Amino acid sequence: MSRPRPEPMQIVKQRRDAALDALVARVPYIQFLGIEFDRRGDELTATLNYADKLIGNPMLPALHGGATAAFLEVTAIIELSWNSLWAEIESGAVDVERPEVEWLPRLPKTIDFTVDYLRSGLPRDAYARARVNRSGRRYASVHVEAWQDNRHKLFAQATGHFLMPSSRDG
Amino acid sequence: MPDSADIAKVFMEAIPYNRALGMRLISLEENAVIVEMPYDEKLIGDPETGVIHGGAVSALMDATAGTAVVTHPSRPVGTATIDLRIDYMRPATPGQSIVARAECYHMTRTVAFIRAVAMDDDRARPVATATGAFTVERAS
Repeated sequence: MSRPRPEPMQIVKQRRDAALDALVARVPYIQFLGIEFDRRGDELTATLNYADKLIGNPMLPALHGGATAAFLEVTAIIELSWNSLWAEIESGAVDVERPEVEWLPRLPKTIDFTVDYLRSGLPRDAYARARVNRSGRRYASVHVEAWQDNRHKLFAQATGHFLMPSSRDG
Repeated sequence: MPDSADIAKVFMEAIPYNRALGMRLISLEENAVIVEMPYDEKLIGDPETGVIHGGAVSALMDATAGTAVVTHPSRPVGTATIDLRIDYMRPATPGQSIVARAECYHMTRTVAFIRAVAMDDDRARPVATATGAFTVERAS
């Protein structure tokens, strides 16, 4: 008994990228901050594209703590939402060709968010990845790490708790 | 020596990210600062409801707290956030400004401890609260 023939790679990639783009594009604050997401399989990396408006200390200069916090929180929320969307896309439960309102999940709500500022953010691009440590039906716990030039020299990290959206049907 | 009102005004207006979010100094109290951030569609985090993103509220808390540190009577010359924890009590009502009040409740030579609360028009129910630690740079 052979497994069914896999779909062509381009079709699979297009479907996954379309879902991710739709998830990210509809949040105005993500656009305002200039955050983009790269995908390797199901793994996401967020980039905060440097802009002068993100500065919080013009003397150094350094990124604003609030911009850093927002970058980490956005990364955590998109990771959480992407995890559930990914499962639905891969199982075929969701068809991304359908109108977005039918399949885009509602976003998780932040309950609390704690940021450690480890070193000052330099005036250049920053990167972040989130790890979902617990994802229950109602609550999730997520850890996020952010770096700039060197992956192993974090400039900030955060842990947050989130209230998961109720399912689209219920 | 500039008075704390001048320092606070400069801190709000000279910092690009505070300006980008439209923050405005409302008033100064002893050891506390009040800052307003108007509602703006570019700050929306939940497209279904129009509620402002938590990250924008974090920025307001962080900026207000930092201003409370540099206007402290012991006159630090600079500050940076060490850690900040935000608790989100409820979504801010779309269309309403958010006003944060940050208080520096303890100050050592090197560390400032702050707490902050954010409100919309309903002053009885906070939108979010925060606690944090900030570095204190001294002229020495």
